[in-house]
Amino acid sequence: MTTNPELILEVAEIHTFIGQFHILEGVSVSVPQGSITVLLGRNGAGKTTTLKSIMGLTPPRSGTITFGGRRIEGKRPFDVAKMGIGYVPEHRAIFKELSVKENLQIAERARGDLNQRADFIFELFPDLKRLYGLGGGKLSGGQQQMLAIARALVPDNRLLLIDEPSEGLAPVIIESLIQAIRRLAQNTTVLLVEQNFRMASQLADRYIIIDDGKSVKTGEMSTLIKDEATIQKYLGAA
Amino acid sequence: MEGIFAPERRSTLIAVLIIFVGLLGFSFLTTGADMAQLSITLLSGLLQGMLLFLVASGLSIIFGLMDVLNFAQGAFFMIGAYIGWEIQHAPNLMKAIPDPNLRFLVGIAGAVIVGAVLGAGLERGLLRPLYARPIFQLVATFGVSLIALEVVKLIWGTAPRSWTEDFTLSSGEFSLFGQFFSTYRLVVIVVGVLLIVGIAVLLKRTRIGITIRAGVEDSSMVEALGINVRLVFTGVFVLGCAVASFGGVIAAPFLGASNAMGAEFLLGAIAAVVLGGLGSYEGTAIASLMVGIAKAVVAKFSVQYLNQPVWESLTPMILMAAILLLRPSGLFGKE
Repeated sequence: MTTNPELILEVAEIHTFIGQFHILEGVSVSVPQGSITVLLGRNGAGKTTTLKSIMGLTPPRSGTITFGGRRIEGKRPFDVAKMGIGYVPEHRAIFKELSVKENLQIAERARGDLNQRADFIFELFPDLKRLYGLGGGKLSGGQQQMLAIARALVPDNRLLLIDEPSEGLAPVIIESLIQAIRRLAQNTTVLLVEQNFRMASQLADRYIIIDDGKSVKTGEMSTLIKDEATIQKYLGAA
Repeated sequence: MEGIFAPERRSTLIAVLIIFVGLLGFSFLTTGADMAQLSITLLSGLLQGMLLFLVASGLSIIFGLMDVLNFAQGAFFMIGAYIGWEIQHAPNLMKAIPDPNLRFLVGIAGAVIVGAVLGAGLERGLLRPLYARPIFQLVATFGVSLIALEVVKLIWGTAPRSWTEDFTLSSGEFSLFGQFFSTYRLVVIVVGVLLIVGIAVLLKRTRIGITIRAGVEDSSMVEALGINVRLVFTGVFVLGCAVASFGGVIAAPFLGASNAMGAEFLLGAIAAVVLGGLGSYEGTAIASLMVGIAKAVVAKFSVQYLNQPVWESLTPMILMAAILLLRPSGLFGKE
Protein backbone atom coordinates (compact mmCIF):
# COMPACT_ATOMS: atom_id res chain seq x y z
CA MET A 1 0.00 0.00 0.00
CA THR A 2 1.05 3.61 -0.53
CA THR A 3 3.25 4.74 2.29
CA ASN A 4 2.77 8.41 1.52
CA PRO A 5 -0.84 9.53 0.98
CA GLU A 6 0.36 12.51 -1.06
CA LEU A 7 1.68 10.13 -3.72
CA ILE A 8 -0.88 9.21 -6.37
CA LEU A 9 1.50 6.67 -7.94
CA GLU A 10 4.26 4.67 -6.34
CA VAL A 11 6.31 2.21 -8.37
CA ALA A 12 8.69 0.19 -6.23
CA GLU A 13 11.62 -1.84 -7.61
CA ILE A 14 9.89 -3.24 -10.67
CA HIS A 15 11.61 -5.74 -12.93
CA THR A 16 10.18 -6.14 -16.43
CA PHE A 17 11.17 -8.55 -19.16
CA ILE A 18 10.31 -8.32 -22.84
CA GLY A 19 10.78 -11.82 -24.17
CA GLN A 20 14.09 -12.94 -22.72
CA PHE A 21 15.42 -9.40 -22.30
CA HIS A 22 15.56 -7.95 -18.81
CA ILE A 23 14.58 -4.35 -19.59
CA LEU A 24 13.77 -2.88 -16.18
CA GLU A 25 16.15 -4.00 -13.46
CA GLY A 26 14.73 -2.19 -10.47
CA VAL A 27 12.86 1.00 -11.34
CA SER A 28 11.17 3.04 -8.62
CA VAL A 29 9.00 6.05 -9.37
CA SER A 30 7.08 8.27 -6.98
CA VAL A 31 4.55 10.73 -8.39
CA PRO A 32 3.03 13.30 -5.99
CA GLN A 33 -0.60 14.23 -6.49
CA GLY A 34 -0.99 17.31 -8.70
CA SER A 35 2.59 17.31 -9.97
CA ILE A 36 4.21 17.02 -13.37
CA THR A 37 6.94 14.43 -13.00
CA VAL A 38 9.25 13.64 -15.87
CA LEU A 39 11.18 10.45 -16.60
CA LEU A 40 14.51 11.33 -18.17
CA GLY A 41 17.21 9.16 -19.64
CA ARG A 42 18.97 8.18 -22.82
CA ASN A 43 17.36 6.21 -25.65
CA GLY A 44 16.74 2.64 -24.58
CA ALA A 45 17.13 3.40 -20.88
CA GLY A 46 13.69 1.95 -20.07
CA LYS A 47 11.44 5.03 -19.82
CA THR A 48 8.78 3.82 -22.24
CA THR A 49 8.82 0.33 -20.73
CA THR A 50 8.24 1.93 -17.32
CA LEU A 51 5.05 3.60 -18.58
CA LYS A 52 3.97 0.38 -20.30
CA SER A 53 4.58 -1.56 -17.11
CA ILE A 54 2.40 0.87 -15.15
CA MET A 55 -0.36 0.44 -17.75
CA GLY A 56 -0.05 -3.36 -17.66
CA LEU A 57 1.00 -3.53 -21.31
CA THR A 58 4.34 -5.09 -20.34
CA PRO A 59 3.54 -6.41 -16.87
CA PRO A 60 6.44 -6.43 -14.41
CA ARG A 61 7.68 -9.80 -13.12
CA SER A 62 8.40 -8.42 -9.67
CA GLY A 63 8.03 -5.23 -7.66
CA THR A 64 4.87 -3.32 -6.82
CA ILE A 65 2.85 -0.54 -8.44
CA THR A 66 0.38 1.34 -6.26
CA PHE A 67 -2.09 3.83 -7.69
CA GLY A 68 -4.37 5.84 -5.44
CA GLY A 69 -3.70 3.42 -2.60
CA ARG A 70 -4.50 0.29 -4.65
CA ARG A 71 -2.04 -2.24 -6.01
CA ILE A 72 -2.31 -2.44 -9.80
CA GLU A 73 0.61 -4.61 -10.91
CA GLY A 74 -0.71 -7.73 -12.64
CA LYS A 75 -3.96 -6.03 -13.64
CA ARG A 76 -4.91 -5.97 -17.31
CA PRO A 77 -4.54 -2.64 -19.17
CA PHE A 78 -8.30 -2.03 -19.43
CA ASP A 79 -8.64 -2.43 -15.64
CA VAL A 80 -5.73 -0.05 -15.04
CA ALA A 81 -7.26 2.49 -17.44
CA LYS A 82 -10.67 2.23 -15.78
CA MET A 83 -9.10 3.08 -12.44
CA GLY A 84 -8.32 6.53 -13.85
CA ILE A 85 -5.02 6.36 -15.70
CA GLY A 86 -4.86 7.85 -19.20
CA TYR A 87 -2.10 6.78 -21.56
CA VAL A 88 -0.65 8.76 -24.47
CA PRO A 89 1.89 6.42 -26.08
CA GLU A 90 4.94 7.38 -28.11
CA HIS A 91 4.21 7.71 -31.84
CA ARG A 92 0.69 8.80 -30.74
CA ALA A 93 -1.09 5.55 -31.69
CA ILE A 94 -4.20 7.34 -32.80
CA PHE A 95 -6.58 5.27 -34.92
CA LYS A 96 -5.90 6.44 -38.46
CA GLU A 97 -9.00 4.80 -39.95
CA LEU A 98 -11.30 6.53 -37.46
CA SER A 99 -12.36 10.17 -37.62
CA VAL A 100 -11.24 12.67 -34.97
CA LYS A 101 -14.70 12.40 -33.43
CA GLU A 102 -14.54 8.59 -33.32
CA ASN A 103 -11.03 8.70 -31.86
CA LEU A 104 -12.47 10.73 -29.00
CA GLN A 105 -15.70 8.73 -28.72
CA ILE A 106 -13.86 5.44 -28.25
CA ALA A 107 -12.23 6.83 -25.10
CA GLU A 108 -15.59 7.43 -23.40
CA ARG A 109 -15.95 5.25 -20.33
CA ALA A 110 -19.50 6.37 -19.72
CA ARG A 111 -21.98 7.71 -22.26
CA GLY A 112 -21.74 11.50 -22.31
CA ASP A 113 -18.08 11.74 -21.22
CA LEU A 114 -17.17 13.45 -24.47
CA ASN A 115 -20.02 15.96 -24.31
CA GLN A 116 -19.05 16.88 -20.77
CA ARG A 117 -15.37 17.36 -21.59
CA ALA A 118 -15.70 18.74 -25.14
CA ASP A 119 -15.49 22.40 -24.13
CA PHE A 120 -12.30 21.85 -22.14
CA ILE A 121 -10.73 19.71 -24.90
CA PHE A 122 -11.52 22.23 -27.66
CA GLU A 123 -10.30 25.08 -25.51
CA LEU A 124 -6.96 23.29 -25.17
CA PHE A 125 -6.82 22.15 -28.78
CA PRO A 126 -9.06 24.42 -30.93
CA ASP A 127 -7.82 22.77 -34.16
CA LEU A 128 -9.55 19.52 -33.25
CA LYS A 129 -12.97 21.17 -33.41
CA ARG A 130 -12.30 22.23 -36.99
CA LEU A 131 -10.99 18.75 -37.89
CA TYR A 132 -13.74 16.84 -36.06
CA GLY A 133 -15.00 14.85 -39.06
CA LEU A 134 -11.60 14.26 -40.70
CA GLY A 135 -9.85 10.86 -40.67
CA GLY A 136 -7.09 10.49 -38.11
CA GLY A 137 -4.65 9.45 -40.84
CA LYS A 138 -5.09 12.82 -42.56
CA LEU A 139 -3.88 14.87 -39.59
CA SER A 140 -0.38 16.35 -39.35
CA GLY A 141 2.04 15.03 -36.71
CA GLY A 142 1.22 17.88 -34.33
CA GLN A 143 -2.53 17.46 -34.79
CA GLN A 144 -2.19 13.72 -34.17
CA GLN A 145 -0.30 14.43 -30.94
CA MET A 146 -3.03 16.83 -29.82
CA LEU A 147 -5.65 14.20 -30.63
CA ALA A 148 -3.75 11.55 -28.67
CA ILE A 149 -3.62 13.81 -25.60
CA ALA A 150 -7.24 14.91 -26.06
CA ARG A 151 -8.28 11.26 -26.21
CA ALA A 152 -6.74 10.69 -22.79
CA LEU A 153 -8.70 13.66 -21.46
CA VAL A 154 -12.15 12.35 -22.48
CA PRO A 155 -12.66 10.29 -19.32
CA ASP A 156 -12.04 11.90 -15.97
CA ASN A 157 -8.53 10.48 -15.49
CA ARG A 158 -6.61 11.23 -12.31
CA LEU A 159 -3.20 10.50 -13.82
CA LEU A 160 -1.91 10.95 -17.37
CA LEU A 161 1.09 9.02 -18.68
CA ILE A 162 2.45 10.91 -21.68
CA ASP A 163 5.27 9.37 -23.70
CA GLU A 164 7.52 11.65 -25.78
CA PRO A 165 4.91 14.25 -26.78
CA SER A 166 7.44 16.44 -28.60
CA GLU A 167 8.84 13.67 -30.79
CA GLY A 168 9.11 14.77 -34.41
CA LEU A 169 7.26 18.06 -33.91
CA ALA A 170 8.22 21.56 -35.03
CA PRO A 171 9.28 24.02 -32.26
CA VAL A 172 6.14 26.15 -32.67
CA ILE A 173 3.94 23.08 -32.14
CA ILE A 174 6.02 22.02 -29.13
CA GLU A 175 5.42 25.45 -27.61
CA SER A 176 1.65 25.10 -27.91
CA LEU A 177 1.87 21.56 -26.49
CA ILE A 178 3.75 22.89 -23.47
CA GLN A 179 0.96 25.40 -22.87
CA ALA A 180 -1.69 22.69 -23.24
CA ILE A 181 0.03 20.25 -20.86
CA ARG A 182 0.47 23.06 -18.30
CA ARG A 183 -3.27 23.79 -18.54
CA LEU A 184 -4.41 20.20 -18.21
CA ALA A 185 -1.98 19.63 -15.31
CA GLN A 186 -4.02 22.10 -13.26
CA ASN A 187 -6.62 19.32 -12.84
CA THR A 188 -4.66 16.13 -13.50
CA THR A 189 -1.36 14.67 -12.33
CA VAL A 190 1.06 14.03 -15.18
CA LEU A 191 3.90 11.53 -15.54
CA LEU A 192 5.84 12.47 -18.64
CA VAL A 193 8.58 10.81 -20.65
CA GLU A 194 10.54 13.40 -22.59
CA GLN A 195 13.85 13.39 -24.48
CA ASN A 196 13.63 17.11 -25.16
CA PHE A 197 15.29 18.45 -22.01
CA ARG A 198 14.23 22.03 -22.74
CA MET A 199 10.58 21.01 -22.83
CA ALA A 200 10.96 18.79 -19.78
CA SER A 201 12.60 21.57 -17.79
CA GLN A 202 9.84 24.02 -18.70
CA LEU A 203 7.08 21.65 -17.65
CA ALA A 204 8.14 19.39 -14.83
CA ASP A 205 8.19 19.94 -11.08
CA ARG A 206 10.11 16.73 -10.41
CA TYR A 207 12.36 14.37 -12.34
CA ILE A 208 13.46 10.76 -12.20
CA ILE A 209 16.45 9.64 -14.23
CA ILE A 210 16.41 6.11 -15.58
CA ASP A 211 19.67 4.66 -16.78
CA ASP A 212 20.24 1.16 -18.09
CA GLY A 213 16.94 -0.10 -16.68
CA LYS A 214 17.40 1.36 -13.21
CA SER A 215 16.14 4.55 -11.60
CA VAL A 216 19.31 6.30 -10.52
CA LYS A 217 18.39 9.80 -9.43
CA THR A 218 15.30 11.75 -8.44
CA GLY A 219 14.53 15.22 -7.14
CA GLU A 220 13.18 18.68 -7.91
CA MET A 221 13.48 19.84 -11.51
CA SER A 222 14.73 23.24 -10.37
CA THR A 223 17.76 21.50 -8.79
CA LEU A 224 18.54 19.39 -11.85
CA ILE A 225 18.59 22.40 -14.15
CA LYS A 226 21.59 23.70 -12.19
CA ASP A 227 23.30 20.30 -11.96
CA GLU A 228 25.29 20.21 -15.19
CA ALA A 229 27.35 17.21 -14.13
CA THR A 230 24.25 15.02 -13.75
CA ILE A 231 22.79 16.28 -17.00
CA GLN A 232 26.04 15.49 -18.81
CA LYS A 233 26.43 12.08 -17.17
CA TYR A 234 22.93 10.71 -17.74
CA LEU A 235 21.38 12.79 -20.48
CA GLY A 236 24.34 13.90 -22.53
CA ALA A 237 22.85 17.39 -22.91
CA ALA A 238 23.32 20.68 -21.19
CA MET B 1 -19.07 2.57 -46.44
CA GLU B 2 -17.25 5.83 -47.29
CA GLY B 3 -14.00 3.81 -47.28
CA ILE B 4 -14.63 2.27 -50.68
CA PHE B 5 -16.08 5.50 -52.09
CA ALA B 6 -13.00 7.53 -51.14
CA PRO B 7 -11.47 9.36 -54.14
CA GLU B 8 -8.37 7.14 -54.10
CA ARG B 9 -10.62 4.10 -54.56
CA ARG B 10 -12.35 5.47 -57.65
CA SER B 11 -10.23 3.51 -60.14
CA THR B 12 -10.83 0.27 -58.18
CA LEU B 13 -14.58 0.88 -58.16
CA ILE B 14 -14.57 1.49 -61.91
CA ALA B 15 -12.58 -1.75 -62.40
CA VAL B 16 -15.11 -3.63 -60.24
CA LEU B 17 -17.97 -2.20 -62.28
CA ILE B 18 -16.25 -3.23 -65.51
CA ILE B 19 -15.79 -6.80 -64.17
CA PHE B 20 -19.48 -7.04 -63.21
CA VAL B 21 -20.66 -5.63 -66.55
CA GLY B 22 -18.14 -7.81 -68.41
CA LEU B 23 -19.34 -10.97 -66.68
CA LEU B 24 -23.00 -10.25 -67.30
CA GLY B 25 -22.31 -9.06 -70.87
CA PHE B 26 -20.40 -12.28 -71.57
CA SER B 27 -23.29 -14.31 -70.19
CA PHE B 28 -25.83 -12.30 -72.20
CA LEU B 29 -23.96 -12.81 -75.47
CA THR B 30 -23.19 -16.50 -74.94
CA THR B 31 -26.79 -17.32 -74.11
CA GLY B 32 -28.11 -15.87 -77.36
CA ALA B 33 -28.91 -12.38 -76.00
CA ASP B 34 -31.79 -13.90 -74.08
CA MET B 35 -32.97 -11.73 -71.17
CA ALA B 36 -34.67 -14.69 -69.52
CA GLN B 37 -31.39 -16.64 -69.44
CA LEU B 38 -29.56 -13.58 -68.17
CA SER B 39 -32.08 -13.13 -65.35
CA ILE B 40 -31.56 -16.78 -64.33
CA THR B 41 -27.79 -16.27 -64.26
CA LEU B 42 -28.07 -12.97 -62.41
CA LEU B 43 -30.44 -14.27 -59.74
CA SER B 44 -28.43 -17.45 -59.31
CA GLY B 45 -25.22 -15.40 -59.01
CA LEU B 46 -26.71 -12.97 -56.51
CA LEU B 47 -28.02 -15.86 -54.42
CA GLN B 48 -24.65 -17.62 -54.40
CA GLY B 49 -22.92 -14.32 -53.68
CA MET B 50 -25.15 -13.59 -50.70
CA LEU B 51 -24.64 -17.08 -49.25
CA LEU B 52 -20.89 -16.74 -49.76
CA PHE B 53 -21.01 -13.38 -48.03
CA LEU B 54 -22.61 -14.96 -44.96
CA VAL B 55 -19.55 -17.19 -44.56
CA ALA B 56 -17.02 -14.62 -45.79
CA SER B 57 -18.21 -11.69 -43.64
CA GLY B 58 -17.40 -13.53 -40.41
CA LEU B 59 -14.11 -14.71 -41.88
CA SER B 60 -13.21 -11.14 -42.85
CA ILE B 61 -14.16 -9.42 -39.58
CA ILE B 62 -12.55 -12.14 -37.45
CA PHE B 63 -9.35 -11.97 -39.50
CA GLY B 64 -9.33 -8.17 -39.46
CA LEU B 65 -9.67 -7.90 -35.71
CA MET B 66 -7.99 -11.02 -34.42
CA ASP B 67 -5.61 -12.08 -37.22
CA VAL B 68 -7.25 -15.50 -37.04
CA LEU B 69 -8.10 -17.21 -40.31
CA ASN B 70 -10.97 -19.34 -39.04
CA PHE B 71 -10.94 -22.50 -41.13
CA ALA B 72 -13.94 -23.74 -39.11
CA GLN B 73 -16.16 -21.05 -40.65
CA GLY B 74 -17.38 -23.45 -43.34
CA ALA B 75 -18.19 -26.05 -40.68
CA PHE B 76 -20.52 -23.53 -38.98
CA PHE B 77 -22.30 -23.05 -42.32
CA MET B 78 -22.69 -26.84 -42.66
CA ILE B 79 -23.88 -27.27 -39.06
CA GLY B 80 -26.45 -24.50 -39.57
CA ALA B 81 -27.79 -26.31 -42.64
CA TYR B 82 -28.07 -29.66 -40.81
CA ILE B 83 -29.79 -28.11 -37.78
CA GLY B 84 -32.26 -26.27 -40.01
CA TRP B 85 -32.91 -29.43 -41.97
CA GLU B 86 -33.36 -31.52 -38.82
CA ILE B 87 -35.83 -29.12 -37.21
CA GLN B 88 -37.84 -28.92 -40.43
CA HIS B 89 -37.92 -32.69 -41.07
CA ALA B 90 -37.71 -34.48 -37.69
CA PRO B 91 -41.00 -36.41 -37.22
CA ASN B 92 -41.28 -35.47 -33.54
CA LEU B 93 -40.83 -31.78 -34.29
CA MET B 94 -43.30 -31.99 -37.17
CA LYS B 95 -45.85 -33.23 -34.65
CA ALA B 96 -44.90 -30.67 -32.00
CA ILE B 97 -44.82 -27.75 -34.46
CA PRO B 98 -47.13 -28.60 -37.35
CA ASP B 99 -46.76 -25.18 -39.04
CA PRO B 100 -43.76 -25.49 -41.46
CA ASN B 101 -43.23 -21.71 -41.46
CA LEU B 102 -42.89 -21.66 -37.69
CA ARG B 103 -40.62 -24.71 -37.81
CA PHE B 104 -38.36 -22.92 -40.27
CA LEU B 105 -38.15 -19.90 -37.95
CA VAL B 106 -37.35 -22.21 -35.04
CA GLY B 107 -34.70 -23.80 -37.27
CA ILE B 108 -33.13 -20.41 -37.92
CA ALA B 109 -33.13 -19.55 -34.21
CA GLY B 110 -31.74 -22.99 -33.32
CA ALA B 111 -28.93 -22.80 -35.89
CA VAL B 112 -27.94 -19.29 -34.85
CA ILE B 113 -27.91 -20.19 -31.15
CA VAL B 114 -25.90 -23.38 -31.72
CA GLY B 115 -23.46 -21.47 -33.98
CA ALA B 116 -23.03 -18.75 -31.36
CA VAL B 117 -22.53 -21.18 -28.46
CA LEU B 118 -20.05 -23.34 -30.40
CA GLY B 119 -18.25 -20.18 -31.56
CA ALA B 120 -17.94 -18.92 -27.99
CA GLY B 121 -16.63 -22.31 -26.87
CA LEU B 122 -14.10 -22.44 -29.71
CA GLU B 123 -12.81 -18.92 -29.06
CA ARG B 124 -12.58 -19.16 -25.30
CA GLY B 125 -11.50 -22.79 -25.04
CA LEU B 126 -9.15 -23.22 -27.95
CA LEU B 127 -8.15 -19.95 -29.61
CA ARG B 128 -7.63 -17.69 -26.61
CA PRO B 129 -4.68 -19.69 -25.25
CA LEU B 130 -3.14 -19.58 -28.73
CA TYR B 131 -3.33 -15.83 -29.51
CA ALA B 132 0.45 -15.56 -29.43
CA ARG B 133 0.76 -18.47 -31.85
CA PRO B 134 -1.06 -17.70 -35.13
CA ILE B 135 0.07 -20.87 -36.91
CA PHE B 136 -1.28 -22.99 -34.05
CA GLN B 137 -4.61 -21.14 -34.36
CA LEU B 138 -4.76 -21.95 -38.05
CA VAL B 139 -4.10 -25.62 -37.35
CA ALA B 140 -6.59 -25.60 -34.43
CA THR B 141 -9.46 -24.18 -36.52
CA PHE B 142 -8.64 -26.60 -39.33
CA GLY B 143 -8.71 -29.44 -36.79
CA VAL B 144 -12.05 -28.24 -35.45
CA SER B 145 -13.50 -28.22 -38.97
CA LEU B 146 -12.43 -31.86 -39.42
CA ILE B 147 -13.89 -32.85 -36.05
CA ALA B 148 -17.15 -31.03 -36.87
CA LEU B 149 -17.36 -32.92 -40.16
CA GLU B 150 -16.87 -36.27 -38.43
CA VAL B 151 -19.48 -35.42 -35.78
CA VAL B 152 -21.95 -34.46 -38.53
CA LYS B 153 -21.23 -37.78 -40.29
CA LEU B 154 -21.83 -39.59 -37.01
CA ILE B 155 -25.20 -37.90 -36.42
CA TRP B 156 -26.59 -37.51 -39.94
CA GLY B 157 -24.48 -39.92 -42.00
CA THR B 158 -22.77 -39.21 -45.33
CA ALA B 159 -25.79 -39.18 -47.63
CA PRO B 160 -26.92 -35.65 -48.56
CA ARG B 161 -30.27 -34.58 -47.08
CA SER B 162 -32.73 -33.00 -49.49
CA TRP B 163 -35.20 -30.36 -48.35
CA THR B 164 -38.69 -31.78 -48.84
CA GLU B 165 -40.78 -29.90 -46.29
CA ASP B 166 -41.78 -26.71 -48.06
CA PHE B 167 -43.04 -23.60 -46.32
CA THR B 168 -44.91 -20.61 -47.72
CA LEU B 169 -41.92 -18.69 -49.02
CA SER B 170 -40.11 -21.69 -50.50
CA SER B 171 -43.18 -22.80 -52.46
CA GLY B 172 -44.13 -19.34 -53.77
CA GLU B 173 -43.02 -18.18 -57.23
CA PHE B 174 -42.58 -14.98 -59.19
CA SER B 175 -42.04 -14.32 -62.89
CA LEU B 176 -39.19 -12.40 -64.58
CA PHE B 177 -38.77 -12.22 -68.39
CA GLY B 178 -41.11 -15.19 -68.68
CA GLN B 179 -39.13 -17.36 -66.26
CA PHE B 180 -40.52 -18.47 -62.91
CA PHE B 181 -38.35 -18.25 -59.81
CA SER B 182 -38.88 -19.28 -56.22
CA THR B 183 -39.89 -16.29 -54.09
CA TYR B 184 -37.53 -17.63 -51.45
CA ARG B 185 -34.59 -16.92 -53.77
CA LEU B 186 -35.53 -13.24 -53.73
CA VAL B 187 -36.03 -13.32 -49.97
CA VAL B 188 -32.51 -14.72 -49.44
CA ILE B 189 -31.03 -12.01 -51.68
CA VAL B 190 -32.94 -9.31 -49.76
CA VAL B 191 -31.89 -10.81 -46.40
CA GLY B 192 -28.29 -10.84 -47.65
CA VAL B 193 -28.49 -7.18 -48.66
CA LEU B 194 -30.02 -6.30 -45.29
CA LEU B 195 -27.20 -8.14 -43.52
CA ILE B 196 -24.54 -6.37 -45.60
CA VAL B 197 -26.11 -3.02 -44.71
CA GLY B 198 -26.80 -4.06 -41.10
CA ILE B 199 -23.23 -5.17 -40.43
CA ALA B 200 -21.89 -2.04 -42.19
CA VAL B 201 -24.08 0.13 -39.95
CA LEU B 202 -22.91 -1.84 -36.92
CA LEU B 203 -19.28 -1.26 -37.89
CA LYS B 204 -19.62 2.39 -38.90
CA ARG B 205 -22.28 3.87 -36.69
CA THR B 206 -22.18 2.14 -33.33
CA ARG B 207 -19.78 2.27 -30.42
CA ILE B 208 -19.05 -1.44 -30.70
CA GLY B 209 -18.30 -0.91 -34.40
CA ILE B 210 -15.88 1.91 -33.60
CA THR B 211 -14.21 -0.39 -31.08
CA ILE B 212 -13.93 -3.20 -33.63
CA ARG B 213 -12.44 -0.90 -36.28
CA ALA B 214 -10.02 0.56 -33.76
CA GLY B 215 -9.12 -2.95 -32.59
CA VAL B 216 -8.28 -3.92 -36.17
CA GLU B 217 -5.67 -1.11 -36.15
CA ASP B 218 -4.24 -1.43 -32.64
CA SER B 219 -5.87 -3.71 -30.10
CA SER B 220 -3.32 -2.88 -27.36
CA MET B 221 -4.22 0.81 -27.54
CA VAL B 222 -7.93 -0.01 -27.39
CA GLU B 223 -7.27 -2.01 -24.23
CA ALA B 224 -5.26 0.89 -22.78
CA LEU B 225 -8.35 3.07 -23.22
CA GLY B 226 -10.28 0.92 -20.77
CA ILE B 227 -11.96 -1.54 -23.15
CA ASN B 228 -11.81 -5.27 -22.54
CA VAL B 229 -10.54 -6.30 -25.97
CA ARG B 230 -10.73 -10.03 -25.24
CA LEU B 231 -14.46 -9.66 -24.66
CA VAL B 232 -14.75 -7.81 -27.97
CA PHE B 233 -12.77 -10.63 -29.64
CA THR B 234 -15.19 -13.20 -28.24
CA GLY B 235 -18.19 -11.13 -29.35
CA VAL B 236 -16.86 -10.73 -32.89
CA PHE B 237 -15.98 -14.41 -33.15
CA VAL B 238 -19.44 -15.41 -31.92
CA LEU B 239 -21.06 -13.00 -34.39
CA GLY B 240 -19.03 -14.44 -37.27
CA CYS B 241 -19.91 -18.04 -36.37
CA ALA B 242 -23.60 -17.22 -35.80
CA VAL B 243 -23.86 -15.45 -39.18
CA ALA B 244 -22.24 -18.47 -40.91
CA SER B 245 -24.74 -20.82 -39.21
CA PHE B 246 -27.54 -18.49 -40.26
CA GLY B 247 -26.21 -18.72 -43.82
CA GLY B 248 -26.33 -22.52 -43.63
CA VAL B 249 -29.92 -22.68 -42.45
CA ILE B 250 -31.24 -20.21 -45.03
CA ALA B 251 -29.29 -22.01 -47.77
CA ALA B 252 -30.70 -25.41 -46.79
CA PRO B 253 -34.09 -25.06 -48.59
CA PHE B 254 -32.10 -24.78 -51.88
CA LEU B 255 -29.04 -26.84 -51.22
CA GLY B 256 -30.25 -29.31 -48.60
CA ALA B 257 -27.55 -30.40 -46.16
CA SER B 258 -24.42 -32.28 -47.13
CA ASN B 259 -20.97 -33.09 -45.77
CA ALA B 260 -19.26 -31.24 -48.62
CA MET B 261 -21.02 -27.89 -48.34
CA GLY B 262 -18.81 -26.56 -45.55
CA ALA B 263 -15.55 -27.01 -47.45
CA GLU B 264 -17.10 -25.78 -50.70
CA PHE B 265 -18.35 -22.53 -49.17
CA LEU B 266 -15.18 -22.06 -47.13
CA LEU B 267 -13.05 -22.10 -50.30
CA GLY B 268 -15.34 -19.61 -52.02
CA ALA B 269 -15.38 -17.43 -48.92
CA ILE B 270 -11.58 -17.45 -48.59
CA ALA B 271 -11.36 -16.44 -52.25
CA ALA B 272 -13.85 -13.59 -51.60
CA VAL B 273 -12.00 -12.36 -48.49
CA VAL B 274 -8.61 -12.36 -50.26
CA LEU B 275 -10.10 -10.89 -53.44
CA GLY B 276 -11.82 -8.10 -51.53
CA GLY B 277 -8.67 -7.29 -49.56
CA LEU B 278 -7.88 -8.91 -46.21
CA GLY B 279 -9.67 -7.13 -43.38
CA SER B 280 -11.85 -4.98 -45.67
CA TYR B 281 -15.50 -5.65 -44.86
CA GLU B 282 -16.83 -3.69 -47.85
CA GLY B 283 -14.29 -5.40 -50.10
CA THR B 284 -15.49 -8.80 -48.86
CA ALA B 285 -19.14 -7.90 -49.60
CA ILE B 286 -18.35 -6.79 -53.15
CA ALA B 287 -16.00 -9.72 -53.80
CA SER B 288 -18.61 -12.21 -52.52
CA LEU B 289 -21.10 -10.92 -55.08
CA MET B 290 -18.42 -10.95 -57.77
CA VAL B 291 -17.49 -14.56 -57.02
CA GLY B 292 -21.17 -15.57 -56.88
CA ILE B 293 -21.97 -13.99 -60.24
CA ALA B 294 -18.75 -15.32 -61.83
CA LYS B 295 -19.67 -18.83 -60.66
CA ALA B 296 -23.16 -18.53 -62.11
CA VAL B 297 -21.85 -17.19 -65.45
CA VAL B 298 -19.18 -19.89 -65.72
CA ALA B 299 -21.65 -22.61 -64.68
CA LYS B 300 -24.05 -21.57 -67.43
CA PHE B 301 -21.30 -21.32 -70.04
CA SER B 302 -19.51 -24.54 -69.14
CA VAL B 303 -22.69 -26.62 -69.07
CA GLN B 304 -23.85 -25.13 -72.37
CA TYR B 305 -20.59 -25.19 -74.33
CA LEU B 306 -17.96 -27.26 -72.54
CA ASN B 307 -20.03 -29.93 -70.88
CA GLN B 308 -17.59 -29.57 -67.97
CA PRO B 309 -19.35 -28.44 -64.75
CA VAL B 310 -16.01 -28.58 -62.86
CA TRP B 311 -15.13 -25.06 -64.07
CA GLU B 312 -17.75 -23.59 -61.76
CA SER B 313 -15.99 -24.79 -58.61
CA LEU B 314 -12.62 -23.62 -59.95
CA THR B 315 -13.92 -20.14 -60.73
CA PRO B 316 -13.38 -18.50 -57.28
CA MET B 317 -9.73 -19.51 -57.21
CA ILE B 318 -9.09 -18.55 -60.85
CA LEU B 319 -10.73 -15.14 -60.28
CA MET B 320 -8.75 -14.64 -57.07
CA ALA B 321 -5.46 -15.56 -58.77
CA ALA B 322 -6.18 -13.26 -61.72
CA ILE B 323 -6.99 -10.26 -59.51
CA LEU B 324 -4.05 -10.88 -57.17
CA LEU B 325 -1.65 -10.90 -60.12
CA LEU B 326 -2.82 -7.36 -60.96
CA ARG B 327 -3.36 -6.17 -57.39
CA PRO B 328 -1.52 -8.25 -54.77
CA SER B 329 -3.39 -6.69 -51.82
CA GLY B 330 -6.82 -7.50 -53.28
CA LEU B 331 -9.41 -5.01 -54.53
CA PHE B 332 -9.81 -2.91 -51.38
CA GLY B 333 -6.87 -4.10 -49.28
CA LYS B 334 -4.12 -1.86 -48.00
CA GLU B 335 -0.89 -1.77 -50.02
